[in-house]
Amino acid sequence: MSSPKQIFDETFLSMRSKLLDIAAALDRIDRAADGVAIEDPRRGRIDEAIRILAEDSPSDERAKKLQNLFSRPYDAKWRREFGL
Amino acid sequence: MDYIDPHIHMVSRITDDYETLARMGCVAISEPAFWAGFDRGSADGFRDYFRQLTEVEPKRAANYGIQHFCWLCINAKEAENVSLSRDVIAMIPEFLDRPGVLGVGEIGLNKNTRNEAIVFLEHLDLAAKYDQSILIHTPHLEDKYQGTRMILDMLEDDSRIDHARVLVDHVEEHTIGEVLDRGFWAGMTLYPITKCTPSRAVDMIEKYGPERLMANSAGDWGPSKPTAVPDLIFEMRRRGHAESFIRRVVYDNPVEFFSQSRNFNLRPRQSESLEHLR
Repeated sequence: MSSPKQIFDETFLSMRSKLLDIAAALDRIDRAADGVAIEDPRRGRIDEAIRILAEDSPSDERAKKLQNLFSRPYDAKWRREFGL
Repeated sequence: MDYIDPHIHMVSRITDDYETLARMGCVAISEPAFWAGFDRGSADGFRDYFRQLTEVEPKRAANYGIQHFCWLCINAKEAENVSLSRDVIAMIPEFLDRPGVLGVGEIGLNKNTRNEAIVFLEHLDLAAKYDQSILIHTPHLEDKYQGTRMILDMLEDDSRIDHARVLVDHVEEHTIGEVLDRGFWAGMTLYPITKCTPSRAVDMIEKYGPERLMANSAGDWGPSKPTAVPDLIFEMRRRGHAESFIRRVVYDNPVEFFSQSRNFNLRPRQSESLEHLR
């Protein structure tokens, strides 16, 4: 099992690059909006994803939480709705 | 390292890919029936496709020392046409005894609709009646979690289905736990953008362990990389995992799962084949 330092050594530049890509894409969206409020619900989900990433409590569930954030909800009564 | 790609669509790949796979250590592949990129117009279109899977691809693969196995079904996308689906399902038994046919797949859901669920249930019935293993496609992106839960519901509702003979494919961080907890096999698909990267797949192997877990390239006609399983092997080695641990995921597990199918007859590479040179 690698140490936190080893993992940072291996992944820091890649993480930095991906975060810069996100920052640049958000900048691009804001430039395109030109000061007009952005109504697209995907913007809210991106903001929520960034909030999940920034949680400072130890966790190995961030990837799972992001997946759930980007998922349609499951309804256990789906069979009744479909008549199956 | 010898490895098996348990989910790859070689009908969509060029012959050079077979050569590359062989050079990378691939000794066998399993190819589920899937969507060709367009909706086929008749059951005869599927009959020709099943002939391609059972007659043509095994020969192409054999030219490079790769054993080819396959799964038959009408995929979830075309399952929206229930009438066509029923014609195809009625035809599948003609092919189930052909060499290399491992079972029914890849069945599943796409947009999680009522028609897709109806056809999925009829495929389950076919598999149960003919004592077949099952390979399952779970939906893409935002539909995956909902669709996976629906699929698990339908599988658990049918007491004839042996969970140990079902491979639920394309699992990710939010679906892998439920699949494994309920006793099914799970497959991780390594894709460039959607599904899993090799790093995330290795994270899941480390978190859940290697039992009932496989990795595949699902190489097809879209953005995909047929040599993605060797990328996973490389990542596991880079993290210091033992060769035996890696081999379990990329070779032993597929062999264990496929061995439940009566048409699985893997011929392992024989070191004794060089005896005559000594």
